[in-house]
Amino acid sequence: MSDTQLLHGWGRTAPSLARVVTPRSVEDVVAAVTSAGPRGVIARGLGRSYGDPAQNAGGTVLAMTGLGEIHRIDAENGLVEVDAGVSLDTLMRAALPHGLWLPVLPGTRQVTVGGAIGADIHGKAHHVVGSFGNHVRALTLVTADGGVHELTPEDELFWATVAGMGLTGVVVRATLALHHVETAYFKVDTEQIDNLAELMARQSTDDDKYAESVSWFDAVTTGAHFGRGLLTRANHATVADLPEKLRAEPLKFDAPQLLTVPDVFPSGLLNRLTGKLFSELWYRKSPTRRGAIQNITQFLHPLDIIGEWNRGYGPRGFLQYQFVVPPARSDVIREVLERMTAAHQVSALNVLKRFGEGNRAPLSFPMPGWTLCVDIPIGPGLGALCDELDELVLAAGGRHYLAKESRTTPEAIRRGYPRFDEWRKIRDAVDPHNVFASDMSRRLELTGD
Amino acid sequence: MIDAVGNPQSILLLGGTSEIGLATVEAFASERPLRVVLAGRPSPRLDEAKARLEARGCAVEVIPFDAREGDVQVVAKAFTGGDIDVALVAFGLLGDNEKAWTDVATAVELAQVNYTAAVGVGVALGERMTAQGHGSIVAFSSVAGERARRSNFVYGSTKAGLDAFYSGLTEALRPVGVHVTVVRPGFVHTRMTEGLKPAPLSTTPEAVAAVVVDAVRTRKELVWAPAPLRFVMSALRHVPRPIFRRLPI
Repeated sequence: MSDTQLLHGWGRTAPSLARVVTPRSVEDVVAAVTSAGPRGVIARGLGRSYGDPAQNAGGTVLAMTGLGEIHRIDAENGLVEVDAGVSLDTLMRAALPHGLWLPVLPGTRQVTVGGAIGADIHGKAHHVVGSFGNHVRALTLVTADGGVHELTPEDELFWATVAGMGLTGVVVRATLALHHVETAYFKVDTEQIDNLAELMARQSTDDDKYAESVSWFDAVTTGAHFGRGLLTRANHATVADLPEKLRAEPLKFDAPQLLTVPDVFPSGLLNRLTGKLFSELWYRKSPTRRGAIQNITQFLHPLDIIGEWNRGYGPRGFLQYQFVVPPARSDVIREVLERMTAAHQVSALNVLKRFGEGNRAPLSFPMPGWTLCVDIPIGPGLGALCDELDELVLAAGGRHYLAKESRTTPEAIRRGYPRFDEWRKIRDAVDPHNVFASDMSRRLELTGD
Repeated sequence: MIDAVGNPQSILLLGGTSEIGLATVEAFASERPLRVVLAGRPSPRLDEAKARLEARGCAVEVIPFDAREGDVQVVAKAFTGGDIDVALVAFGLLGDNEKAWTDVATAVELAQVNYTAAVGVGVALGERMTAQGHGSIVAFSSVAGERARRSNFVYGSTKAGLDAFYSGLTEALRPVGVHVTVVRPGFVHTRMTEGLKPAPLSTTPEAVAAVVVDAVRTRKELVWAPAPLRFVMSALRHVPRPIFRRLPI
């Protein structure tokens, strides 16, 4: 089954045309990979990467959601075996009744397991549990020659596949290790903090007491309250923590999608005025409060309530700029924000987090330090500003997150990822003829000559 | 690939010595160095163009192309070095109008270069860009094509043809994600217009280039340079003939 489609990422920028094939079995994947044309093939999940890693202009794109079966849930040992096209949402709904919790959840549950491995995604719990790849016990990879390989963390190719952006092969199945929880709720401490310096200071002092930690801050207000924000940190609630009425169903998955944004918004709705208004409301809505019980949506995924929220940015789309810098260079965070405000770029969704240790994957994004993530609508001057920010980040020994990346240079990736060549060697050995290719791999020269 | 903020990585300039074309390449290259393919008639001016872009940090490849011969193979050659993100159809002749409308060979040459060759490369570009699944084509039309004037109607007629073709191509390639921009400059101070009396709202290659860069970045399909010409031309199109022929334009 195949048809030709224009595809873009979550940022709705740089669309390209590809032949989309929906495999229903591992054999289908093998057939599609071995019959790929000169412009190659790439796997696509739910299209939540912001840029272009899951599109392949003029080539083939595998719609992996066609492989969506949960094969096994082993509650006792906390293991699940799933197809790569299963979404984290589906997996959580299936695993929670068994008291199992996915340790790594990004800002949305609408991503597939295959995508989560390919981008080695992280969540608010990174400082404690690391990134997604740390919890994969085994994976099945279809390589360029049509071979089907069972890989474990013992294998070099396993770690080249984790964060490998789909360029080592197609992940078709994975075994994941989950955590045991008593409830589906969090015990949340929220702190309203007046400025950026204090926010960062608070976040660096006692993060280790919490399983989850993240802060949102205001990137519009300038002056003494520059970077004021909300630090939200939480631990899993035990049954004893829950109020009476929630105790009957402690593992209830409460995650409604209330509305879907229609595709009618013009570009430019987020401007300095609306940005200021939003930031003010967001800041005011959550006064300092300790021990509040919140469900998954309230605490982890407030944006999942709204379907297709990216449409709100209008047809020109937006980009998400996310980077990490070493702990000693936290000054870069402030510098980046100052340059953004000076360039009159408005971002409403700004997230700051301290990462823990990274993992063995050469292209894995997280490393100890601060990660900042901002959403900016596409407009004049944004390209030049981002180029300037790249230089700040790279000079500080930082790097950019490929799942969000949509505009940097091939050199920036090589500078940010010192183990890039190591990854290339493993990748090229398993795909010498560049069967796997994406718009991102062409743009950033991740593969090929 | 063109990235999220509209930076291309490679550009094909058909009409390698076109001043507006070169200014456009330079405007794109001012943010990021590019891979550039210059297609034009081999000449010292083409060599100069290459050197000028190399000085900007671009990697430049030159391929011979003569629009008089209608050699559309040039497009296939241009794509051998990899994807072309932006193709500029920038070749053209102004010609001497009085000679052009009284001499068959001169008129046919203008039509061949400005229209026939432009259509030929347009078809070839459409095919290549559809195959690569992305890309942007920019065709340089002219306000002269919007309403033929006595003073340069042969040139105007060729640009009217080019304009109609690329406007249609815009729609034809839309579903496959290939973006086409038709640019209608007014009087631009270049070698081509040297010695002519500038029309009102005259502009420079650099100003036209800025309009083109913005159009490609924001995926605009039809632009005027400078922008106010849109309204001027809109009015001029509706001026009754007895008045139009008396206008000092």
